[in-house]
Amino acid sequence: MFGDISLTQFIFGRLTWEAIPYHEPILVVTFAVVALGGIALLGLITKFKLWGYLWHEWFTSVDHKKIGIMYIILAIVMLLRGFADAIMMRIQQAIAFNGNEGYLNPHHYDQIFTAHGVIMIFFVAMPFVTGFMNYVVPLQIGARDVSFPFLNNFSFWMTTGGAIIVMMSLFVGEFARTGWLAYPPLSGVDYSPGVGVDYYIWGLQVAGVGTTLSGINLIATIVKMRAPGMTFMKMPVFTWTSLCTNILIVATFPILTATLALLSLDRYVGTNFFTNDLGGNPMMYINLIWIWGHPEVYILVLPAFGIFSEVVATFCGKRLFGYASMVYATCVIMILSYIVWLHHFFTMGSGASVNAFFGITTMIISIPTGAKMFNWLFTMYRGRIRYEVPMLWTVGFMITFVIGGMTGVMLAIPPADFVLHNSLFLIAHFHNVIIGGVLFGLMAGLVYWWPKAFGYKLDPFWGKMTFWFWQIGFFFAFMPLYVLGLMGVTRRVSQFEDPSLQIWFIIAAFGAGLIALGIGSFIVQLVVSYLRRDELRVISGDPWDGRTLEWSTSSPPPDYNFAFTPVVHDHDSWYDMKSRGYERPLQGFKPIHMPKNTGTGVILAGISVVLAFAMIWYMWWLVAVSFIGIIAVSIAHTFNYNRDFFIPAETVAATEDARSKLLQERT
Amino acid sequence: MSATQVQQTDEKPQFYLTEDHHPENSTMLGFWLYLMSDCLIFAVLFATHGVLGRNYAAGPSPADLFDLNIVAINTAMLLLSSITYGFAMLQMERNAKMETLVWLGITGVFGAIFLALELYEFYHLIHEGAGPTRSAFLSSFFTLVGTHGLHVTFGIIWLITLMVQVGRHGLIPENRRRLMCLSMFWHFLDVIWIGVFSFVYLLGVIG
Repeated sequence: MFGDISLTQFIFGRLTWEAIPYHEPILVVTFAVVALGGIALLGLITKFKLWGYLWHEWFTSVDHKKIGIMYIILAIVMLLRGFADAIMMRIQQAIAFNGNEGYLNPHHYDQIFTAHGVIMIFFVAMPFVTGFMNYVVPLQIGARDVSFPFLNNFSFWMTTGGAIIVMMSLFVGEFARTGWLAYPPLSGVDYSPGVGVDYYIWGLQVAGVGTTLSGINLIATIVKMRAPGMTFMKMPVFTWTSLCTNILIVATFPILTATLALLSLDRYVGTNFFTNDLGGNPMMYINLIWIWGHPEVYILVLPAFGIFSEVVATFCGKRLFGYASMVYATCVIMILSYIVWLHHFFTMGSGASVNAFFGITTMIISIPTGAKMFNWLFTMYRGRIRYEVPMLWTVGFMITFVIGGMTGVMLAIPPADFVLHNSLFLIAHFHNVIIGGVLFGLMAGLVYWWPKAFGYKLDPFWGKMTFWFWQIGFFFAFMPLYVLGLMGVTRRVSQFEDPSLQIWFIIAAFGAGLIALGIGSFIVQLVVSYLRRDELRVISGDPWDGRTLEWSTSSPPPDYNFAFTPVVHDHDSWYDMKSRGYERPLQGFKPIHMPKNTGTGVILAGISVVLAFAMIWYMWWLVAVSFIGIIAVSIAHTFNYNRDFFIPAETVAATEDARSKLLQERT
Repeated sequence: MSATQVQQTDEKPQFYLTEDHHPENSTMLGFWLYLMSDCLIFAVLFATHGVLGRNYAAGPSPADLFDLNIVAINTAMLLLSSITYGFAMLQMERNAKMETLVWLGITGVFGAIFLALELYEFYHLIHEGAGPTRSAFLSSFFTLVGTHGLHVTFGIIWLITLMVQVGRHGLIPENRRRLMCLSMFWHFLDVIWIGVFSFVYLLGVIG
């Protein structure tokens, strides 16, 4: 009998039946829904025999366009999870007054706010942004793929692996109850002995590998693979912001990796980096994590700024006002974002001089950001503005983001921060900039580039519904939090004593309801547009009268992107080509050299998930097996020297001729 | 890009290349970027050692623990391995497969001696009760030096893999590129070790 127990412990580590949360009705229902939905999806895939198609055409694909689309699908799926967490918190806070404990116990509530933050940043915003960079950047610079196509596929699957690890914590064990940055000593093994923080650490570590590698990949792509003639100062602004974002990724994600590794050593080995005793220093963790964390918000927002720049120039029918100043502003923001991290904890008490330094650097960031804002405004000034859906998001952003930016400057004043630190004012501020900046940008980009990726526009009516529900819902949901924050209400509280606060939480919950309608409209928009795809079809490939190279090829682009490599003379190169009488080449096609698909990325990421799961549950034998597996598969992969092939000239000619026929039919 | 000169005419400029376009290979830049990201991991560990390195928690200090003689031999081994890797690359340039393999082998042996000495040192410290859990100083010491050691271990695994591949396919362009990458990696580890040797051991012992 005892022998049996030790054997089970050997095999399963600390995983027992108790880890399955069957006593939490909310989770059981969620699990039932997810399981039924999952079985239905898998059943449909099997019924229509799509497994082979998915595996060969998507999962193993090294095509940057397909990988970009997969990143964005991941982001949208995770957005639904992250938003479910958000609306649960809003309902809880709206009802937990006057002795009513609400429907979420603190144990559960703490996991929800942690998961919400982690998912929204790492598995919604990051893959969304990375998806756009992957899809758009090679097309904008006239390249046929990224520098390291296999690495790109691997990065995507590592990001997905991280998301899977975080999702697993919902049904096997628990998630961290520490907040999204897992500050020690709370996240240390003394105060969080369970698996929650371990799920957090391993989810982020696995995804972090993917993010760092994709950052390296995209920098190399932008530096080395630009079309002839495209000097740095002729790159489209989105490519510029992507370059700066990826530099920030490579310059900060290793810090996150190292910091979380030190926290894991504290938890697994018993070292004393961030403990309260034996010389450890928890504030070291908080400094390190914010040296990553502050640039991270610029990693998210810079590509959004790039999207707005493309959208404004296109829908105003003008060159972007102040292209050079836009580029310099982006670079200045990139550098400054690295020297402001301490404003996240002025209350650490590092003294007036240090706080003043970081307060001032923080305020200085508003100068280049303000310059960008004026550039967009001046682009609109005397432009022929078309208020299509991407432009609506852009105007909505300009209004919303400025409010968020100004409350940010308020928080940058150290004495004010001592009052507002960790209050709902802060929560309102960063949602204001992340929703109003990043999310609005991503939605604008989605509507803008959707026809590029799929060949038909998104339905404008439902697009406008999405925009207005989000825009109005945002103000209802977050303006009350500014009020509550000024009244001194702190974040991460699940029950309240003071009944006079309740009305504000009810308004906020109403706002969250409007946002839910916004998300609903968005899904309806996708479905309606798919059903109406023949009416919404864009044959020319250039539905918005675009200005940059991605619109010069067909929509969706062929596997090889460009039959002939474009030559660039101006920074709005496609506009330049159109206005100077560019004619599409119809003959003289050559075979095109392309990378081959490979399943190694999926396999490596799959084993990494197993390794993470084994580490979380202390299944040491499985740790060893999966670790050796990763090394073996990686080495075996390097023995494959046969990684590329040629698309024959006849195939290229056939593809291009088919497009010529379509274009002729239209005219 | 010089090969792709654009012929500018006044009327209609050329908007696409009729010939194949071969962008420069990005591997060296990409690998260098990876090394810089790795360098940041070490930067975090150095910073942590800088902050926590004097927190002995009433335990042993560097002066009590470090045997600079062993560390000096260790350093010599690693520096020599960098030189021999350089010789391997010179042979690669001369297209001499056997000589390249021999110098790579010697590099690997120096690396292995370095690792053995480091493991001996670790074993000795833990045996004396100065393991990584004893104080924040020792936590940061073991992590910084251990992370470097892990890198060297992976470097040796990579070196062996490459020796097999060079043996099998010869000095083909792919293998040359890989040897260049490992060369950068190996010298990078040397540079990091000089930092470890100076800041952790020498400054530690001076106290």
